[in-house]
Amino acid sequence: MLAPFTPGATAFGLAHVLAGALVLVSLMMLYQDRLPALVNVLALHAALLGIAVGWQAWLQRAPELYITAAIAIGFKAVAIPLALHRIIERLDIHREVETVGGISLTMLAGIGLVALSLLVMLRTAAQADALAREDLALALSVILIGMLMMVTRRNAVSQIAGFMMLENGLILAAAGAEGMPLVVEISVAFSILIAFIVIGVFLFRIRERFDTVDSAALDAFRGELQ
Amino acid sequence: MTAALLVCALAWLALGAAGAILSRRDAGRMVVYGGSLAVSLVALAIALGALGGRAPGVTLPLGLPGIGMRFAVDPLSAAFLVLVDLGGAAASLYALGYGRHEAEPWRVLPFYPVFLAAMNLVVIAADAYGFLLFWELMSLASWALVMADHKRAETRQAGFVYLLMASAGTLMLLLAFGLLAGPRGAYAFAAIIASHRPQWTADVAMLLALLGAGSKAGLMPLHVWLPRAHPAAPSHVSALMSGVMTKVAVYAFIRIAFDLAGPAAWWWGLVVLAAGAVSAVLGVLQALLEDDVKTMLAYSTIENIGLIFAGLGLALAFRADGLALAASLALTAALFHAFNHMLFKSTLFFGAGAIQHGAGTRRLSELGGLIHRMRVSAVPMLVAAMAIAALPPLNGFASEWLLLQAVLLSPSLPQFGLKLAVPAAGALLALAAAFASACLVRLYGMAYLGRPRSAAAATAHEADGISRAAMIGLASLCVIFGLMPALALGHLAPVVRELAGVSLPARPGWSGLTLLPVPARQSSYDPLLIALFIAVTSGLAALGLHRFGSRALRRAVPWGCGFLTAGDAALPAGTQYSPAGFSQPIRRVFATLLFRARDEVVMPPPGATAPARFAARITDPVWDGGALALAALINRAADRANRLQFLTIRRYLAMVFVTLLILLATVALWA
Repeated sequence: MLAPFTPGATAFGLAHVLAGALVLVSLMMLYQDRLPALVNVLALHAALLGIAVGWQAWLQRAPELYITAAIAIGFKAVAIPLALHRIIERLDIHREVETVGGISLTMLAGIGLVALSLLVMLRTAAQADALAREDLALALSVILIGMLMMVTRRNAVSQIAGFMMLENGLILAAAGAEGMPLVVEISVAFSILIAFIVIGVFLFRIRERFDTVDSAALDAFRGELQ
Repeated sequence: MTAALLVCALAWLALGAAGAILSRRDAGRMVVYGGSLAVSLVALAIALGALGGRAPGVTLPLGLPGIGMRFAVDPLSAAFLVLVDLGGAAASLYALGYGRHEAEPWRVLPFYPVFLAAMNLVVIAADAYGFLLFWELMSLASWALVMADHKRAETRQAGFVYLLMASAGTLMLLLAFGLLAGPRGAYAFAAIIASHRPQWTADVAMLLALLGAGSKAGLMPLHVWLPRAHPAAPSHVSALMSGVMTKVAVYAFIRIAFDLAGPAAWWWGLVVLAAGAVSAVLGVLQALLEDDVKTMLAYSTIENIGLIFAGLGLALAFRADGLALAASLALTAALFHAFNHMLFKSTLFFGAGAIQHGAGTRRLSELGGLIHRMRVSAVPMLVAAMAIAALPPLNGFASEWLLLQAVLLSPSLPQFGLKLAVPAAGALLALAAAFASACLVRLYGMAYLGRPRSAAAATAHEADGISRAAMIGLASLCVIFGLMPALALGHLAPVVRELAGVSLPARPGWSGLTLLPVPARQSSYDPLLIALFIAVTSGLAALGLHRFGSRALRRAVPWGCGFLTAGDAALPAGTQYSPAGFSQPIRRVFATLLFRARDEVVMPPPGATAPARFAARITDPVWDGGALALAALINRAADRANRLQFLTIRRYLAMVFVTLLILLATVALWA
């Protein structure tokens, strides 16, 4: 984590704060039970990611990271949330409330995941310097919380949100770890985009056929009622 | 030397490819079997040259990256190479003649040389990776050969069971090697021997090797596949599987338990001895109840494997207690019996093939009187049957005698468990030997003597000359090693010295032909003298019979049961002593409890003209209660697991997620 010039501890501290804020927002997402609010928090998540990556770009003097930051803010904080809002309105599901597993249990699980990732990183990356280690731990907890979200939510839109949170965590880890090629980032970004499109199209198809966006309807269609 | 053997293996593999191409032509058989015979002879010559010595190893850059594949020849592998290649050469020679009757040669020719190559490569492999790879190749090639006659439902079932057992056995060996290699992954045999590891890993590895190699060799209760798969293959392959492949499994056990696992705990010997003794008795008991000639021979293989493992168990026990000389006696007996079993069991399977082709049936209850129609091949069959029944002066007696001598040394063992168990096991071995005699008397008497029991047996024809040559060759080796066992023991001495510390003392000149087990004052065995005695007494008896017996007046009784003038046609089928009748006393005494043997007689109602029916039923508890129950269990588990195919997307994600969490937690707690 040695940059050509050595910024002071404050600079690293700020990067750390941003990463921590990202984890906080991830936890916030866990207890959103209305879809429009969830999408708003997702936008906040992506915006924070953009700022964190931009800060890393300045720290590491890595201009390509600015592009990543721009993608994060432009696409994920603005374009995709807007599109999701439109979907929610067109599907008329903005009043829907999900309760899978209960909010408090999910929050507890999320906190457990943060603890687990800290523990893992402390054990495995003992020789790395403390800041990088904790950055990685925070990124890992964002990824795990994203997966938790995908697993606990039943609505396809919230599953998209979980998936994007997971991807944000990946980008955070990559940006902090210095030296991830731009090609990889762009391909990750595109894969997100494609996944978004596919899932979006899929949503409408589900809606057309089953009159709901609950993915359990798909299972019922397969003859496997859960 | 090792490199030359590798070239031989390559030649076999090339023959396999040639077999695949030429299999539909007549030339294919000549090329494959002739080529296999030539390569086997070359490999046999190399192995004979390597006997007792150590050839520098060869490392090939094949296999897993960074591990490579090592081959080496040490005294143990050289001894087993001789066994494998002698058996391979004999089977190839036999197949040159017998293979002509193959219904679908394209199911046999491509796999036969590969099977030979795999068995050779297993024996010379010097690291765990190569060993397991070629072990699996051996299993697969032999499976393909078993499935040659795949149209019969029993063959398919046998093949399936064989495949399952072979995979399970390989898994056991894999785990054993994994334990021995340790966390550093020292896969080369030399590295395994050099490394230090806790004793419990050696204990578990030995038990796993006993399960893995024992299932391939046919130890009870892992034998269920053997009496089904061995007879299903063409006869020359049956001979290879029974005579040679089981010995490769013995080699695997010796390699792991005696060489790689290091110093033995005293109870190893007890476990191995018990497994061997039980297999010996139960195997031969089932052979005695069997009607199919080849299945009977396969059960008899289980008995002989039991004898070999009993010898190995004794050697382990003696070695663990520092009785090196006694250990060398037991080990010599086991190795010598392994070699002898290859000789006579191959001959017997060749003979069974000749019967199957000549008479068109393998059922003892349909044979009889073959000695008149198969005059030449009846002689090597008789020799092999006498050898396997352990009659002096043949080789089977020599090795079993050595084994029992080793049993007699058990009072010098310090542990009370062994002191009590070894004589009991010795009694079981003696019982097995007695059953084996009965079994072979039954086989030879029912198939070759008496009158034909069916029209097929009455019109049987002799085997072709090449097949007979193979049988005669192996049978004469039985006689030679029976008369001069010291020939073989001298060559086994370096192996025994390496594994047991010392070898049986060799004595020069003519006195060396007398077998003296460890305490010379107890007993000795001089085969030549015994042979002379047998020749003189039986010659005198024959002379006496001919001089005084032939003068007696003979008259034919009108009822025809005096056999003399009534002729074959006048004698209704079934008036002769039948195989089931022969074994009935033993069946009633021993098998009623063990195999739930039941005799059923169905009488016709009074006044009806239908004949009464007699049926003897036995059930194999290992097959019905063990194998079939296990198969049902596996099927049920598979049905349960099948539900995993139909989970919701969210549940799949949850499974991935939970797995990830468990892995992370493992890393966090133990890394």
